[in-house]
Amino acid sequence: MSIIDQLAAIEAAALAALHDITTVDALSAWKSEYLGKTGQIAKLSRELGTLAASDRPAAGQRFNAVRTNLDAALADRETTVNAAAQGHAFASEALDVTLPGRPLTVGRLHPSTRVLRMITDIFAEMGFQVWESSEVETDTLNFELLNIPADHPARDMWDTFYIETPPGAEKVLLRTHTSPGQIHAMRAHAPNPVRVILPGKCFRYEQVSTRHEMMFHQVEGIAVGTNITFSDLKGTLIGFAERLYGSGIKTRFRPSYFPFTEPSVELDVECILCGGTGCRICKHSGWLEVSGAGMVHPDVLRNGGYDPAIYSGFAFGMGPERITMLRHGIDDIRWFFSGDERFLQQFI
Amino acid sequence: MRIPLSWLRDYVDVTLPIDELAERLTRSGLEVDSIERYGIEGSELPWDRDLIVVCNIREVTQHPNADRLVLAEVEYAPGVFHTVVTGAPNIQQWKGLGPISTPVRAIYAKEGAVLYDGHVEGRVKVKLKGKPVRGVMSDAMLCSEKELGMSDEHEGILLLPDDAPIGVPLVDYLGDAVIDIDVLPNMARTLSIVGMAREIAALTGQTVRLPKPTVKTSGAAIDSNTKLTIEATTLCPRFTATLVRNVTIKPSPFWMQRRLTMAGQRPINNIVDISNYVMLELGTPNHTFDADQVAQNHIVVRTAKPGETLKTLDGRTHTLASDHLLVCDPTQALSVAGVMGGESSEVSPATTNVLVEAAVWEPTIIRRMSGAFKLRSEASKRFERGVDAEMLDLAQLRLTELLQTHADGTVAPGMLDVRIVAPRAVTITLTTHEVRRILGLDFTVDQIAALLAPLAFTCTAVDAHTLHVGVPSYRMDVSHTADLCEEVARMYGYDNLPSTIMADELPTQRTNLALEREHYVRDVLAAAGLNEAITYSLTSRTSAAKLNPAELESDDYLHLANPLSPEREYMRRDILPTLLESAAVNIRERGMTRLFEVGHVYHRRADAILPAEPLRVAIVVAGKRHATAWNAASADSIDFYDIKGIVELLCERLQLSGVSVAATELPHLQPGRSATLILTVGKESHVVGSFGELHPDARARFDIPAMRVAVAELNLELILAHASVPRYTSISRYPAASQDLAFIAPIAVSAQAIEASIRKYAGNALSSIELFDVYAGANLGDGVRSLAFRITLRSTERTLSDEEVTKLRAKIIRGVEHDNGAKIRS
Ligand SMILES: [Zn+2]
Repeated sequence: MSIIDQLAAIEAAALAALHDITTVDALSAWKSEYLGKTGQIAKLSRELGTLAASDRPAAGQRFNAVRTNLDAALADRETTVNAAAQGHAFASEALDVTLPGRPLTVGRLHPSTRVLRMITDIFAEMGFQVWESSEVETDTLNFELLNIPADHPARDMWDTFYIETPPGAEKVLLRTHTSPGQIHAMRAHAPNPVRVILPGKCFRYEQVSTRHEMMFHQVEGIAVGTNITFSDLKGTLIGFAERLYGSGIKTRFRPSYFPFTEPSVELDVECILCGGTGCRICKHSGWLEVSGAGMVHPDVLRNGGYDPAIYSGFAFGMGPERITMLRHGIDDIRWFFSGDERFLQQFI
Repeated sequence: MRIPLSWLRDYVDVTLPIDELAERLTRSGLEVDSIERYGIEGSELPWDRDLIVVCNIREVTQHPNADRLVLAEVEYAPGVFHTVVTGAPNIQQWKGLGPISTPVRAIYAKEGAVLYDGHVEGRVKVKLKGKPVRGVMSDAMLCSEKELGMSDEHEGILLLPDDAPIGVPLVDYLGDAVIDIDVLPNMARTLSIVGMAREIAALTGQTVRLPKPTVKTSGAAIDSNTKLTIEATTLCPRFTATLVRNVTIKPSPFWMQRRLTMAGQRPINNIVDISNYVMLELGTPNHTFDADQVAQNHIVVRTAKPGETLKTLDGRTHTLASDHLLVCDPTQALSVAGVMGGESSEVSPATTNVLVEAAVWEPTIIRRMSGAFKLRSEASKRFERGVDAEMLDLAQLRLTELLQTHADGTVAPGMLDVRIVAPRAVTITLTTHEVRRILGLDFTVDQIAALLAPLAFTCTAVDAHTLHVGVPSYRMDVSHTADLCEEVARMYGYDNLPSTIMADELPTQRTNLALEREHYVRDVLAAAGLNEAITYSLTSRTSAAKLNPAELESDDYLHLANPLSPEREYMRRDILPTLLESAAVNIRERGMTRLFEVGHVYHRRADAILPAEPLRVAIVVAGKRHATAWNAASADSIDFYDIKGIVELLCERLQLSGVSVAATELPHLQPGRSATLILTVGKESHVVGSFGELHPDARARFDIPAMRVAVAELNLELILAHASVPRYTSISRYPAASQDLAFIAPIAVSAQAIEASIRKYAGNALSSIELFDVYAGANLGDGVRSLAFRITLRSTERTLSDEEVTKLRAKIIRGVEHDNGAKIRS
């Protein structure tokens, strides 16, 4: 057989052998058998010298072509074999993806904190800044300066916890609303305009039940300036309700009474649970009270250091626990201050 | 305020369907709480027009086969008769007497009528079906109030007055609705039927019709023998009295009883009922005295003498004080003014002459007395909110008219009338500018006047921009322009107001670092895996004593004057006790807890009436360090170093410099596993809180099972005040040289001290320092331990040479050994 014929035979044998290879090890053995320095092709190529000088270039080209061909076949086969090997590895590492993931230890903010932040964030965009004042207050700040003198029937609206004080001393109480902050904030700003939001803890002398707590949070806002109207209050509150409950929410703006505002108003939104058809939560009215509000009463403006003939302003208040209960469908307010992690871990 | 629709219709035409009227009222500041319907369309039990009618009982005879039943011969349409089987006890009196001389009116229901079952609890509808009862066909019935859904009364059938029209559908005769309105304190004018009629007239474009009583007087005039003296002139703006002689005490007429019942008042007798009726109708509480029990026919209004007593109608005897106001005769007190009558002058079955008081009292004294005597009544509620003094004349006329008609009394001519305060005449100047300034509405004077006129405000235009507005006497809530603006907006409709955005200048915006950082503390702790709790600020010393028994006797707590319960009697001085109570529940429930709370505590101050309210953070962690699961190997339990890790994280994230930790002993923490956090600012060191493992005794007091509970409570104000913004340190491009150094030092030498030494001697080249091993063992000897640190040295300017590193290492070793009595471990 000529060298060329021998080369063709080796090529055919190599390709046939390669076809049956399935492992990486066998591939490398094949590579050294045929393409290695001491492989069959290398060995045969040493006999090129025996050929006539005129035949050598063509034979050399032929050797190169066979090498190239076998290299390509090897690369091809390698791809197949590697893919198969990886497939085996994947099969052996396959998991039951329906098993639970590894638990992380994560903590959560109290739902009241989250809703308080939501509310203050919305009002921050309208220029309201947070202002805080003390939780234990004087009767003067909590009532008198807010136009609620002693023996006024409106006092029935706030059942109050009083702190024991020596006889003759000024009455001290747990604030029943964050409204004393209105006076504090006005006095700190007057005669400059003020626009603040007052979040905080409040207390009412009230038997605890699923709907009532002796402790709760409130958020109030107050804006005073030389160009603030009742229509601005309406725009501000409806804007807030749309941010909180989605634009297009139906609202109702109806007269109400608070001693420290005149005119006074209650903002209702269409019940988010029944869509206005009436349910237990909205007491079958189709409406939910969102905020009590009004134009700051002239006497209160005066007590805050503003001349009511020049300045006007509005104030509003709302209860984050109530908003939270509606938002998450919580039916018992007593969980809020229980510290029970079965409750706390239900929220984001 | 419960408003029976039929009563309201006496004084105003109700032009809207009930639901629409209710919505209109709610949108005008009169929030409708509920609507009750009796028999009319929309009620739970509509009375069928054809099947339930007014009838006449002509004769009552014994049922042939049943002792307790009778047969009533009933005329249910003129000339149409039917026999009804009934056991009603209140018609037994006519049994066997033959045809009744004055036939008795009742309510007849035919077969097919739907009624409530009178014999079962609650309201269960049944359809009337004919069936023989002991041999007599029973296919119709006479109805009780319960069967008609009018009340729960089922003792007998409902008997109607003699003028009830036979055959008329009951729904036309008694069908009604009651609108219950939540009247706010500034709407006192609507605490009456007439007041509500005025408001509805204004809201619906109708005209109110006031009652026009007619009285025929005779006999001696009241002032011929009765005298009236007001001594307490500052407390009684007006007092009127009339006299009605020879009254007959009996039940009041059916219609009056029905209206009172619907309005929520229990009928008593004609005198009491007339008094209540006029109060509800006109909003003027009044009082009736047995005139013959008033000594010398002389009424004196005065304050009480110290120690004076009065037995009121409810049988209680009150000891009075000098700030109590009384209506008296010259010998004794007769009633607590405006609050409750006295027993001695009470109208009784023996009364023949009635002295009728209608007065107005200073509101605050009524509120104070009704509070002091715990006598909140319909009368005191109205007096507290203000009663229109100009309504007294009409009230007296109405009272005497009704006493004349329904108590057969003879009205004495005249009325005693002492008027201390002249009629209230308020005129307010309202400008279009003010309406625009407060409401944001551009109205002309005519538009404003058109809105106010239906409410009986008299508007006079002074010029194109100014109105003089006269306020009706019953609008005691209106005294400012702001009040008028509310009325303008209310009549215009709040829903019609534009929604605008404030065009006012934006106030100066300020940073609030303390608040931002407080938020940040919550975020960091939540990110560290803790759940935020909010526990009660109100607590007990017993609860605080679980943490530290000494608290039980402490006088430092703010004490509530009117606690609701002993568990919530004091203001907390620390957060941990209430937080641990919550933690205990979680541990008992789930074997673990990870809680924190940020909030205020309350510390009494010697020099101020209000307490200090420092802001604190408290943390409680216990149980497994990580949640375990099928693929998460069982975790170790939390101990001291977990709480320390949390405290360190907080200090690090707040970029707090100058913090250190010292071992300490505190009553609530386990000795040897407790520490204080110290913040050094300049030359001053402040203890900002403590942390450690809860003392086993305290743990037991909180009813927590045996386990390590790690707690911390820190004063946030100081910490937040010294928090800082992180400063960037440039990141070196040169390689680091790590050196592991283990020192053997006495156990008493703190790791903190050795680390401080390393920092001191390493100087600028120190990149990081990590304590990676702590070891104590017999091979080291007693009383010592080994602390191994990995120290990373690096320059920002060049690669440190081996020689430099070696020199620095030697310097650190020498320094640490020298300062701490330590030895490098080789
Ligand atoms: Zn609803």
